[in-house]
Amino acid sequence: MKNKFVHPYIPNSVPEVKAKMLEEIGVSSIEELYSDIPERLRFRDRMKLPEALPSELALKQHMHAILSRNKNVHEYDSFLGGGVANHFVPAICDEINGRSEFLTAYAGEPYEDHGRFQALFEYQSLMGELLDFEVVNVPTYDWAQAASTSIRMAQRITQKDEILVSELIGPDRRSAIENYCKKAMKITPVRHDRTSGLIDLDDLRSKLNDNTAGIYFENPSYVGVIEHRGEEISQFVHKAGGLSIVGVDPISLGILKPPAQYGADIACGDIQTLGNHLHYGGCLGGFIATRDEEKFVMEYPSRLFGITKTEMEGEWGFDDVAYNRTSFGVREKGKEFVGTANALYAITSAVYLSLMGPDGMSEIGRHLIQKSLYAKKKLEALAGTELKFSSASFKEFVVDFSNTGKRVKDINAALLNRKIFGGIDLSQSFPWMGNCALFCFTEMNTQAQIDRLVSTLEEILA
Amino acid sequence: MESLNKKYKRLRNFHQAKWDEEIIFQLHNPGEKGLIVNRVETQIEHMTGDGISEIPESMLREQKPGLPEIGQMRVLKHFLRLSQQNLGADFNIDVGQGTCTIKYNPKINECFVRDPRESDVHPMQDESTCQGTLQMLYEMHEFFKEISGLDRFSFQPSSGSHAILNMASILRKYHEDHVDGHQRDELITTIFSHPSDAAAAKVLGFKIITLHQEENGLPSVEALKRVVSERTAGLFITNPEDTGIYNPDIDEFTAIVHEAGGLCGYDQANANGILGITRAKEAGFDMCFFNLHKTFSGPHGSGGPAAGVLGVTKKLQDYLAVPVVDKREDGTYFLNFDLAHSIGKTRQFYGPIPVIVRAYAWIRSLGVEGLEEVARIAVLNNNYLLSKITKIRGASSPYSAGKHRIEQVRYSWDRLYKETGVGTHDVALRMADFGFHMWSSHHPFIVPEPFTIEPTESYSKEELDEYIEGLQRISDEAYATPEIVKRAPHHSVVHRVDHSVSDDPEKWAITWRAYLRKHRDRLVEEDVQIEG
Repeated sequence: MKNKFVHPYIPNSVPEVKAKMLEEIGVSSIEELYSDIPERLRFRDRMKLPEALPSELALKQHMHAILSRNKNVHEYDSFLGGGVANHFVPAICDEINGRSEFLTAYAGEPYEDHGRFQALFEYQSLMGELLDFEVVNVPTYDWAQAASTSIRMAQRITQKDEILVSELIGPDRRSAIENYCKKAMKITPVRHDRTSGLIDLDDLRSKLNDNTAGIYFENPSYVGVIEHRGEEISQFVHKAGGLSIVGVDPISLGILKPPAQYGADIACGDIQTLGNHLHYGGCLGGFIATRDEEKFVMEYPSRLFGITKTEMEGEWGFDDVAYNRTSFGVREKGKEFVGTANALYAITSAVYLSLMGPDGMSEIGRHLIQKSLYAKKKLEALAGTELKFSSASFKEFVVDFSNTGKRVKDINAALLNRKIFGGIDLSQSFPWMGNCALFCFTEMNTQAQIDRLVSTLEEILA
Repeated sequence: MESLNKKYKRLRNFHQAKWDEEIIFQLHNPGEKGLIVNRVETQIEHMTGDGISEIPESMLREQKPGLPEIGQMRVLKHFLRLSQQNLGADFNIDVGQGTCTIKYNPKINECFVRDPRESDVHPMQDESTCQGTLQMLYEMHEFFKEISGLDRFSFQPSSGSHAILNMASILRKYHEDHVDGHQRDELITTIFSHPSDAAAAKVLGFKIITLHQEENGLPSVEALKRVVSERTAGLFITNPEDTGIYNPDIDEFTAIVHEAGGLCGYDQANANGILGITRAKEAGFDMCFFNLHKTFSGPHGSGGPAAGVLGVTKKLQDYLAVPVVDKREDGTYFLNFDLAHSIGKTRQFYGPIPVIVRAYAWIRSLGVEGLEEVARIAVLNNNYLLSKITKIRGASSPYSAGKHRIEQVRYSWDRLYKETGVGTHDVALRMADFGFHMWSSHHPFIVPEPFTIEPTESYSKEELDEYIEGLQRISDEAYATPEIVKRAPHHSVVHRVDHSVSDDPEKWAITWRAYLRKHRDRLVEEDVQIEG
């Protein structure tokens, strides 16, 4: 048996070991173990892949060469948001996120994996406090999936098939919702006032009908506007027999009212902002939260970990709540589907909320409002620029460059030359807004950065 | 158990960490701080005041959220203790979670995803500043073309189940665009394919037809022929299925479905035993997906992050979710949103990047020969276990006796249960006493008292022998002293949990606040401290 090479990841490549194992099995070669695969299905060619880099150092050198082609939000001043944002990640979030025990575990029982059950139960509980709801799921993929599922939950709960969707939700989410819901439901857009950015209540009322399963809107909206008439909106929808579903950036909730307190029946959103890194938009986690009512709980597709006792007095135990609503329990007879999603990020967010506490969440909320308000005043004062919407905003707002004679695309290119990531160009995703950009300000942006943004824009627009 | 301890030399005298750790809310001590938020600069403070006067009053939170207040070190300690009460694959001979391909997650790959040049890149940055990540996505696309034989890949799917949703979305759109006078709304799958093959397709409106196994453990060509019709939209199937038996008629399956006017999606969530051996293309599939957190070494994160890269043939390449990654003639990479028939976006932004980066590094480390060796050794290890486990009293491997399996086997403790009253759940709990995990099966339990073992390529022969000895010992115990097994675990974190509340809306508690509302009396009675 010839063996050219033993890779560090594959211990049993050692020829003597292979031989012993083959002997135990009673075959003379590994090839024999593939005898059930007919020759016509065998791939006898060789995959064309680049040469292996089995040396860890060589791999590291290769990867560093690739990574050095990226620029990040530390090398450049970033004013990008739009669903994920550059927030501070406390050291302990990184520490726990990287722990082998959590990082490499999967689907153990609530015995040998008691830790992840408790950590995820605590995640649910901490989010429950932030959201003022008693039920929170083990997160799904992202906000887009959380919103899509929230809408389908509303359909099942109300037994109605039309969902009203605010036109100022994230464009990615709009597309994902469309794909997920369109055949099963009618999706009707709800207009926002072009000046205030608030939901057009007349338009909303005109669209409510007997078949309304609910409304889905985001607050703050994708473009940062704070909708202060949530109570009224929820009441209108409730009167029509529908549910109020609100998407929310959870980092706002130390200072802004959680959806549950203005009539929402379902809240959803993304946990990236709670202690998780950006990863080019690849580190998301979608939460869904509701009241603790059987008719709501039984419509979740997600795992829901519950706290219980064990046979030993004084011991906490954990368990799946109502497992037989899930597709793990009953395949296609379950509610939608469930599988591996983003537990590690939920554990990380649990750490974040535990560190922040009530004061920390309140202070970060205030900080974000102050930062963006400062930037708002400065940007508004620039010659030619205008704020697109008159309403209060959270950490993001839209700047209208229509009167500057310059396209956002060109402005951003000029900013990039000065090592600034300018606001998101909205001209493709929201054509009706015209030549606008969505700017985001977080605790990571210093006053000096904001001042430099403003002075650089001044030069570019001059 | 002295004599048994001597007999089973490989087994450890194990005890898992047990900290008896509080629920985090019980650590609350008013005034303690875990973290201080930085203040805005004085000038900003002067200019904006407290900021909140700008916010409409109806939107101001009246009471701060009821989060606990805990000093920083205590928060750290709490979560470290919880981590010690969790048995990650880095500690464990984690062959007991069959179908999930728990393998070594190389530590070097963690350095790459924790490098700020990867972790701190915003998705809306100009593409010229993300060329490194885009390059990896593009190269991965090229790698998967080779691995599968299909033509174009999307990184949108956030998991295997989500890849199935993407396949079902493409299936639906394709039939909408190619109306042939039939209403194609039936999706065929098999009982030993993942539950999501059925469930995720159902979400999009497909009626599910599930083929069951014949005596040999495989779905039959005849059964498939009976269910295909002008209503057939497609087939989603795993191969090998959960049993680890390779379906040699797989190309006939795809031919039959194509003949009926349907499309075929290959669930290759787990492809660990067949890398470079057999591919989706040769088996006639139109679509296939791979779970990067399984075959391609992404750590499972206690239940995610995941990634399910989805590939299609040329015929379907414009149907994929956007964006895909392309390369310009000048060598730069870009996100291409311009696909004529795209199902749109199914995820925000561009994919679960950290999972993809780790998988990229893993493939680069191994190369072609390495990937082929992964498959070969995974199959060697699996058949070694098969040979050993079927010699254990009370254990068996239903279906196709004497046949080899690919990368996993669904075994049964049926005989053990009938002869001793010890079932697979009991064995699983007893395995925890030796530092092992053993999983049963997806539901429904077609195989009675099931357990599913998949050793992958990562574990040495000595480790496999240790795991086998655990199973052997528990079998011996079941016949000699079954109570030990039925009362297990004894050396794990906690004892058997009380399941009686979990289906009772009056008693279940999904958050601490719900627990306090429903069970406060009990806590008071038991004198349990609610806060620190």
